[in-house]
Amino acid sequence: MSHHTIDLTNVLYTYPDGTTALRNLSLHIGHGEAIAIVGSNGSGKTTLLSHLNGVLFPTAGEVNIGGYPVVKETLAYIRRTVGMVFQNPDDQLFMPTVYDDVAFGPLNLGYPPLEVEKRVTSALKTVGAYALKDRPPYRLSGGQKRAVAIATVLAMDPAILVMDEPTAALDPLARRQLITLLHTFSHTKIIATHDLDMVLDLCKRTIVLHNGTILADGPTLEIFRDRCILEQAGLEQPFSMQSCPICSKI
Amino acid sequence: MIKLESTWLDLRNIDDLATQKTFIHSLNSCTKLITTLVFVVLVTSFSKYEVTSLLPLLFYPVALMALGNLPYKPIVKRLILITPFIVFIGLFNPVFDQTPIAKLGPFLITGGWLSFLSITIKLLLTVTSALILVATTGMNSICTALSQIGVPKPIVIQILFMYRYLHVLLEEFLKTNQAYNLRSFKANGIHFKAWGSLLGQLLLRTMDRAQRIYQAMLCRGFDGKVPLRSAASWTKKDHLYLLFCLSFFLFCRFINIPQILGTLLTGGFQ
Repeated sequence: MSHHTIDLTNVLYTYPDGTTALRNLSLHIGHGEAIAIVGSNGSGKTTLLSHLNGVLFPTAGEVNIGGYPVVKETLAYIRRTVGMVFQNPDDQLFMPTVYDDVAFGPLNLGYPPLEVEKRVTSALKTVGAYALKDRPPYRLSGGQKRAVAIATVLAMDPAILVMDEPTAALDPLARRQLITLLHTFSHTKIIATHDLDMVLDLCKRTIVLHNGTILADGPTLEIFRDRCILEQAGLEQPFSMQSCPICSKI
Repeated sequence: MIKLESTWLDLRNIDDLATQKTFIHSLNSCTKLITTLVFVVLVTSFSKYEVTSLLPLLFYPVALMALGNLPYKPIVKRLILITPFIVFIGLFNPVFDQTPIAKLGPFLITGGWLSFLSITIKLLLTVTSALILVATTGMNSICTALSQIGVPKPIVIQILFMYRYLHVLLEEFLKTNQAYNLRSFKANGIHFKAWGSLLGQLLLRTMDRAQRIYQAMLCRGFDGKVPLRSAASWTKKDHLYLLFCLSFFLFCRFINIPQILGTLLTGGFQ
C-alpha cells in the first residue's frame, strides 16, 4: 500500500454566507497516525474534515491526499482512499436495509457480487452488527446506527478513516465498544470530537482548532496538560486527568 | 398530536407484518404486485352504477387477510382514516344524479345513491388491497418488484427514499411539536401564527439533510445509479397463484354472480 499522507497547505475556506471557517490552515498527517481534532463548537472541525474527501473544496490553498491534490478529477480516487463517517448516522444510512446500505459503496466501486457479499459480511462482523443485516435503518438504536455507519465505510476498505463526533449520543457501553473497535484499526484515523477521554485512549497526536486556525498541534498528553491552551480553545481537561472531586487526588 | 404518533406507529406495524412467514408472504413480490394492480384496474373498470357484481370481489381481500395471517384491526383502522375522503368524493352524487333506477317498497333508489355506494365499495376494495400488498410484501420488496416490471428506476428510488426518510421527518416533526407544546402553555395545538416558522424550519432542516445525504452518497462512490437487489425468481407456486387470481377476477368482472345466485334462488330459471 502506498503511503497515505495528508497535507493541507494554507487552506482557506469561506462559506457562501460569508463566514470564514478555516483561515490559512496548514498541516501534515503521516501514514498510520491516529489524530484527534478538538475545539469548541464552530471552531471549524467539521469543515476541516469535509475538505479531506472533497465534500468541500478550499477557497484558497491546497489539500493533498497520498500525493494527489483533492480536485474534481481525482475525486474517485480520493473517496476510495478516505472513508468518512458522518456526525449523524441517519444521513449516512439511506438504503432500505442495513445489508443494502453496507453494499452500496462496494457495488458502486464495481466489485463483483461475491466480493461485495464477502466485504459486507466481514464489515458487519467487524462492528458486531451482522445480526442486524436485514433490518431497516430506522429500526436501529443510536449505537447500532453508529456501528452500521462505520461498517458502510469499512466495506470500502479505505486507507484513511475520518470520523466526525463518533461517540456523540452513545451510551457508555456503546462508547466503550466503539473505542475498543477503533483500537483494532490500523488505518490512518482522524477523529473530530469533544470526547477528550476517548482522545486519550486512541490518539497519540492532537490538533486544537480555534476560530479556523491551529492553536496547538502535538502529542496528546502534552497538549492536555497545558490548561492555558485548553482554556483558550474553550475546552477542559479530560475527566481522567482532573483531580478526584472527593479526595482531590489524580 | 398523539394521534399522529400512533398513525406513524401503525405505519411501522403494517410494514412489520411483512416479515411473517405464510403462503402469501412466501410468494414472489412481482406476483403480488401484478395481482394487486390487475385487481385495482378491474375494480375501477366496473360501470358507475354497478354494486352487486362488485360484491364477490370482497372475497379477494378477505381471503388474503386470512391466508396472510393479517390482523383486521390495523387495516380497518387505516380504512376508517380514509373514509372522509371516500365520502367527500361521492357526497354530491345523490344530489346531482336523480335518475330513478329502482323502487324498493316506498323508497325510490336514484342513480346518485347507487353510484355513491359503488364508489365507496370500489375505494374500499382498492385501498384494502393496496394495504394488504404492503402488509404481505413490505415497501422494499414492492420497490424491487416495481423496478422489475419496468417502472423507471428514478421513480422507484424516489419512493424508497421517501419511505426511508418519512420516518426521520415524522420524528423530527414530533420533536419540534413537542418542543412547541412544552413552551406554549396552550393545549389547543399549534397557533396559526407559529405554523409558518415551524414548517419553514422543517423545510430548511429537510433541505440541509438532503444535502448531507447526497454528500454521504457521493462519499461512497454514488454516480447516479442506486444498486437494488433483484427479487427471487418465479416458482410454480407463483404461476398457479397468478393464474387462479386472474381467472377469479375475470370471472367476477364478466359474470354477475350475485344476480345468477338470485335468479337461482327465486327460481328464475324454471
